[in-house]
Amino acid sequence: MREISTQTIVDAVKDASIQANLELGDDVVQALESALEYEESNVGKDIIKKLLENARIAREERIPICQDTGVAVLFVELGQEVSVKGGGLHQALEEGIRKGYKEGFLRKSVCHPFTRKNTGDNTPIIVHLDLVSGDKLKIWVVPKGGGSENMSRLFMLLPSAGWAGVKEKIVQTVAEAGPNPCPPTIIGVGIGGNFERSAILAKKSLLRALGTPNPDPELDEIEQELLTEINKTGIGPQGLGGRVTSLAVHILMMPCHIASLPLAVNIQCHASRHVEVVL
Amino acid sequence: MGKEYHLKTPLSVEDIEPLRSGDRVTISGIIYTARDAAHRKIMELIEAEKELPIPIEGQIIYYVGPSPAPPGRVIGAAGPTTSYRMDPFAPKLLELGLKGMIGKGKRSKEVIEAMVRHKGVYMAAIGGAGALMARAIKAARVVAYEELGPEAVRELRVESLPAIVVNDTLGNDLYVEGQKKYRIN
Ligand code: SF4
Repeated sequence: MREISTQTIVDAVKDASIQANLELGDDVVQALESALEYEESNVGKDIIKKLLENARIAREERIPICQDTGVAVLFVELGQEVSVKGGGLHQALEEGIRKGYKEGFLRKSVCHPFTRKNTGDNTPIIVHLDLVSGDKLKIWVVPKGGGSENMSRLFMLLPSAGWAGVKEKIVQTVAEAGPNPCPPTIIGVGIGGNFERSAILAKKSLLRALGTPNPDPELDEIEQELLTEINKTGIGPQGLGGRVTSLAVHILMMPCHIASLPLAVNIQCHASRHVEVVL
Repeated sequence: MGKEYHLKTPLSVEDIEPLRSGDRVTISGIIYTARDAAHRKIMELIEAEKELPIPIEGQIIYYVGPSPAPPGRVIGAAGPTTSYRMDPFAPKLLELGLKGMIGKGKRSKEVIEAMVRHKGVYMAAIGGAGALMARAIKAARVVAYEELGPEAVRELRVESLPAIVVNDTLGNDLYVEGQKKYRIN
């Protein structure tokens, strides 16, 4: 067994939560730069330039890219040969987020569903844990804002809907979201599994760096086709009209029940924040 | 791109009537922040005919819940939040003389109609450009509902805060017209 102390986990998660919120990933910066080249609308171009400038200011002046520093979502892969010493894994992850949001001056954005009272420290967190082989602990810290999350949808389609039905629902979800999720967006798609798995797949697909192809050639082609269709809607940057509504479509797929065709569409805004740490 | 206007608060009808959907504006002066929870509280005061924590007539409300100010700064990141959550409250505030709203995303038919009737405009700031927007904010102080944290009502002194006119006093909507222009069928 390889031992990892809870303190190491707390520190790593704290740093990752701050980094994710202050430093826009290179993949997103590059995607925005290339989007500048094919955007035709002047307003749209101006917006993309301002987003790039925003990312630069945030990085240099050490303030968040976006004030909605989100609910903390953590994808965790725990190697079976790892033993966590000094306390519980979940508590350590949560403590890391608590500290990161406090020390990094990040906004606490979690509240009671009805009284709307803020929990005050951005907990509880949302953890998706996978047990894997090996002696490593991998953590992705993925803060997710409310604006784009609110525009996400889940559909339990009839198997007969097929690809045509799936594509139609994806484009429709983006079209209906319009300006609300802060386009240009990234569209995370989860197909198959079951009700909850499709949603987790959709979110997990967003971890793939922009600009890297889907390892499955068939899905890669469909991603490109969907992106073209989405960008025909004319929604454009911030929904004010233009060519660049989305920067990419990412699909993750797995088998499902013989009676089902689950589809989840998780919309991610341009403030796509994900930092990976391996312990 | 439309024309560019430099607005100074408080605003009069004459200031906003020339604005057209698609125009760019910069805003200077005092503006107020409020999100869902603050709107709900302000509405309760209006219904009870009590005094409000902020003036409404001639003012601009910015829909924002900033991140905390790090030491030495006035405010953290301060980009707009999605406006439709404030739609149930906006017509009443427009009736009381509110002249401008800043946020992101579409407004309801009722809000657009109220802007025409009471002469108000809705402007979009760039969603997710929180660090850039913070640069235009020169002073900030909580004026009500401190307990709401990011949702507290703040008075902001801004200099050349950039925004784009989405809905004007004629009922135009840039979200509809802009998209139509670039739509490929
Ligand atoms: S949708 Fe994203 S970019 Fe827009 S305000 Fe929310 S977190 Fe920020």
